[in-house]
Amino acid sequence: MQTLGLRFPEILLWSPLIAGLLCFILRNDKQSRNVALGSSLITLAISIATLFYANDKQLSGLKDSYVWLPYIGSSFSIGLDGMGHLLTFLTALSFPIIFIATSKTEYKNASSFYGLMLLSQTGLLGVFMAMDALVFYFFWELALIPVYFLSSRWGGERRIQATFKFFVYTFAGSLLMLVGIIYIYLQTPATQAAMHSFSINAFYSLHLSFQQQYWLFWLFFVAFAIKMPVFPFHTWQPDAYEQAPTAVTMVMSGIMVKMGVFALLRWLVPYFPEAMDKYRSIIIWLSVIGMLYASLIAMKQDDIKRLVAYSSIAHIGLMCAAIFTSTANGVQGVMIQMFSHGINIIGMWIVVELLERQTGVRKISQLGGVAHKAPVLTIMLVVIAFANIALPLTNAFIGEFMMFNGLSQANIWYAAVAGISIILGAVYTLNMVQKVFYGETNTLTATIKDINWNEKLVLAVVVIIIFIVGVYPQPIFDLTKEAVTLFATKGK
Amino acid sequence: MNEILLTAVWGIVMMLAGAFVKNKSIPKYIAIGGLLITIFATCRELYYQQLIFDIDVKGMLNVERDVSFHLTFLVAMLVCTLFYFLLNGRDIEKVGNNVSEYFALIFFILCGVGIVASFNTLLMLFIGIEIISIPLYILTGADKRNLKSNEAGLKYFLMGAFSTGIMLMGIAFIYGGNESGSFFLDKINLGTGNMSVLTTIGLVLLMISLSFKVSAAPFHFWTPDVYDGAPTVFTSFMSTIVKAASFFAFARLFDNAFGTMQVQWQKLIVLITAATLLIGNLTAVFQQSVKRMLAYSSIAQAGFMLFALFAMNGKAKEGLVLYGTAYSLATIGIFAVLIKMNDYTIDGFNGLAKKQPVLAFAATIFLLSLTGIPLTAGFMAKFYMLMAAVDRGNNIWLVVLAVLCAAISAYYYFRVIQAMYFKENNEVTAQQEWDVTPSFKILLLVLVGIIILLGIFPNQLLIDWLWY
Repeated sequence: MQTLGLRFPEILLWSPLIAGLLCFILRNDKQSRNVALGSSLITLAISIATLFYANDKQLSGLKDSYVWLPYIGSSFSIGLDGMGHLLTFLTALSFPIIFIATSKTEYKNASSFYGLMLLSQTGLLGVFMAMDALVFYFFWELALIPVYFLSSRWGGERRIQATFKFFVYTFAGSLLMLVGIIYIYLQTPATQAAMHSFSINAFYSLHLSFQQQYWLFWLFFVAFAIKMPVFPFHTWQPDAYEQAPTAVTMVMSGIMVKMGVFALLRWLVPYFPEAMDKYRSIIIWLSVIGMLYASLIAMKQDDIKRLVAYSSIAHIGLMCAAIFTSTANGVQGVMIQMFSHGINIIGMWIVVELLERQTGVRKISQLGGVAHKAPVLTIMLVVIAFANIALPLTNAFIGEFMMFNGLSQANIWYAAVAGISIILGAVYTLNMVQKVFYGETNTLTATIKDINWNEKLVLAVVVIIIFIVGVYPQPIFDLTKEAVTLFATKGK
Repeated sequence: MNEILLTAVWGIVMMLAGAFVKNKSIPKYIAIGGLLITIFATCRELYYQQLIFDIDVKGMLNVERDVSFHLTFLVAMLVCTLFYFLLNGRDIEKVGNNVSEYFALIFFILCGVGIVASFNTLLMLFIGIEIISIPLYILTGADKRNLKSNEAGLKYFLMGAFSTGIMLMGIAFIYGGNESGSFFLDKINLGTGNMSVLTTIGLVLLMISLSFKVSAAPFHFWTPDVYDGAPTVFTSFMSTIVKAASFFAFARLFDNAFGTMQVQWQKLIVLITAATLLIGNLTAVFQQSVKRMLAYSSIAQAGFMLFALFAMNGKAKEGLVLYGTAYSLATIGIFAVLIKMNDYTIDGFNGLAKKQPVLAFAATIFLLSLTGIPLTAGFMAKFYMLMAAVDRGNNIWLVVLAVLCAAISAYYYFRVIQAMYFKENNEVTAQQEWDVTPSFKILLLVLVGIIILLGIFPNQLLIDWLWY
């Protein structure tokens, strides 16, 4: 069992990749859907199995390493440690939910669609497991390419421009990060095999001078800020979310934005303590202003997708701010919120998808009275909406509470401004719930049927997770304990 | 050494074949056969130092095993040419009546490539560059009834003649400014001292003429017109193997002759690199014709290859070989697809994915490689170049500029991908008849496979197999 345990990261990575390539070969829509669903369930099973080994010290963190490019000191090393473990689990959990929730949606060339979805899953898992800077960069880009094709091909009317903007933004950011990675790499001491090393440990043990930190910091930060996105790098996001097919929007908002938050913690915070200190207040202010700004815009949105997109900017802004407080509570809050936000926002999108599939519109002004026709859907939505505004007993409450705690420890004004945006969040979310689900039914909503069993199943899973994490978040605390200590103290 | 001899001989064989073989489809096979023999002989030389004839070159060409880095490069270029012949053989036949002459000229160019890859004196550099250039003038104007082709040929010839003059002038100055009175690179190399006035003038003139050959800004103005006017099959050859070879010569000359004085001339290269990157990328954005876009893209890619001169270290040399190969393979591939199109505009690619999925898929990979997306050879090439440049330690802003330009390049490469996959075809392209054989498709896929393998294991394929 021990040898198998050691192979876990690898199996986790290859299973979606192989299934994805299989989908391309199959060229049969129905079969490929089944393959995709099956493989995502297998991935989930493996991921759950790895959780049992999470605290097994003998396995020393579930790591795998292969010789890859020995001359330049890069090895293909992947591993599961606290924070990455949590996010691989989120990835593994999300994909079956997404596949089941959207199984009724018909796609042209479904085999390519599912193939690309699984390839993006591979990329995402790779990002969260990479223990080598070059491998990290590889997967970082590889997660992007399938998503680019997915949105451009199966998205809405303005999909090509919107997705392309998203692509160019993130590509430019990644390339800047690549320069940063290369620079840091060239500072690392020689190993036996090569002059320098890309391994994460070599990066961690390095101490860069102030001058180096000050400009390198921005190369990395811009890349991650675009991905998250943090104000003022967010302009690609509402368009991209709106135009992408909903299944892809779920991947983008549920998991891909976590790449930014995750990378900030793992690949930025530890190297630049002095730069963090210097730019701390600028970035926290940017984040909280972005929160406020996004919340204000969200209040004015008529399209539910855009509303959720802007609310996501606000949530991510809070995470970014909390990271830069470098407080244990703040960082712990970020960990738990990364997971919770992924679940909640996927829940939101599922509801949007169900509404859109039945009525063909996403405009708040054109909908109404859905609750009369679809009571079960409404109950689920209300729970998810409560989680979105972080009411106690829901998962988001724990995370947001801790992050606010961190923010107020740093400076009470941060917490005050961020707090306004949380109140606004309640306003627009509940406003949306009220207008769409309550009130009179109209011609569009009169024909809505309640959700069927597999939609019930996935929404029930989402709701149950919301409550479990809301009531008993201890397992996540345990899993991420070491990471929190590392990142909170490193930043100080 | 083997390569130079064999290609020269085979060029003559091809000319004779033109006189005796009347069937138009035969010369292609003779050419491919000759190329295979050349590749084999070059590999023998690389691994076992086995020469066909033991000719005393008086040290004017590099024939020694321990510095046979250039042979690695040559093998890579010959393999690229092999793909070029295999993919475009049928299209070369369509250019005109003198099929074997075209092949003969290409073999003469390859002979020049062999010389510029291994020259040890300025004389050999000059001869090599001229052997490359003169057949190219002819090939550019090969489509005799096409006015654009004629114009391109003439333009290229006049501009090329000028740059040749400048190069000769530069060589004369270097010779004059040099105390040892020698054309040999190692004699010219005087260490780290300040350059004399004559040497400085000579160096700048050489830099200008070689920048012209590799179409670096601001000496790039001939490139779009010539590339656009020349028959597309020959544009493909010109913008890949010839360009990579010119770069190799550029880097070899400046490394061996002036490498120790790099600090003194690096500023000029920085300016040329920055201008090339900006002009190439920004102008490519506005092109409507894919062929012209690829011409500007070749200028933009030259900007990245100039990093070899900017950095001038071991990584840069390896990077140049990798970059030249990756860029050549992808560009040969994309041109091979382009030739099959009736309409060269970007709109002409609309809906290609539905009609010719294999072509569209292969073209996508080639374009991704040119953009520099991981898992393709193009990424590894860019990565090596960036690494070499950052390692150089100064002018990091140039590296940042380069990556921002790479992001711009995504714009024009992806426009083609968007047209192929996300747009519906129009009436003109819908009626096109496709001259695409199954073997052509398989070859494209093989090329895709090589690009991806090079993207994952660049060292194993290029450096391990060949160099060590």
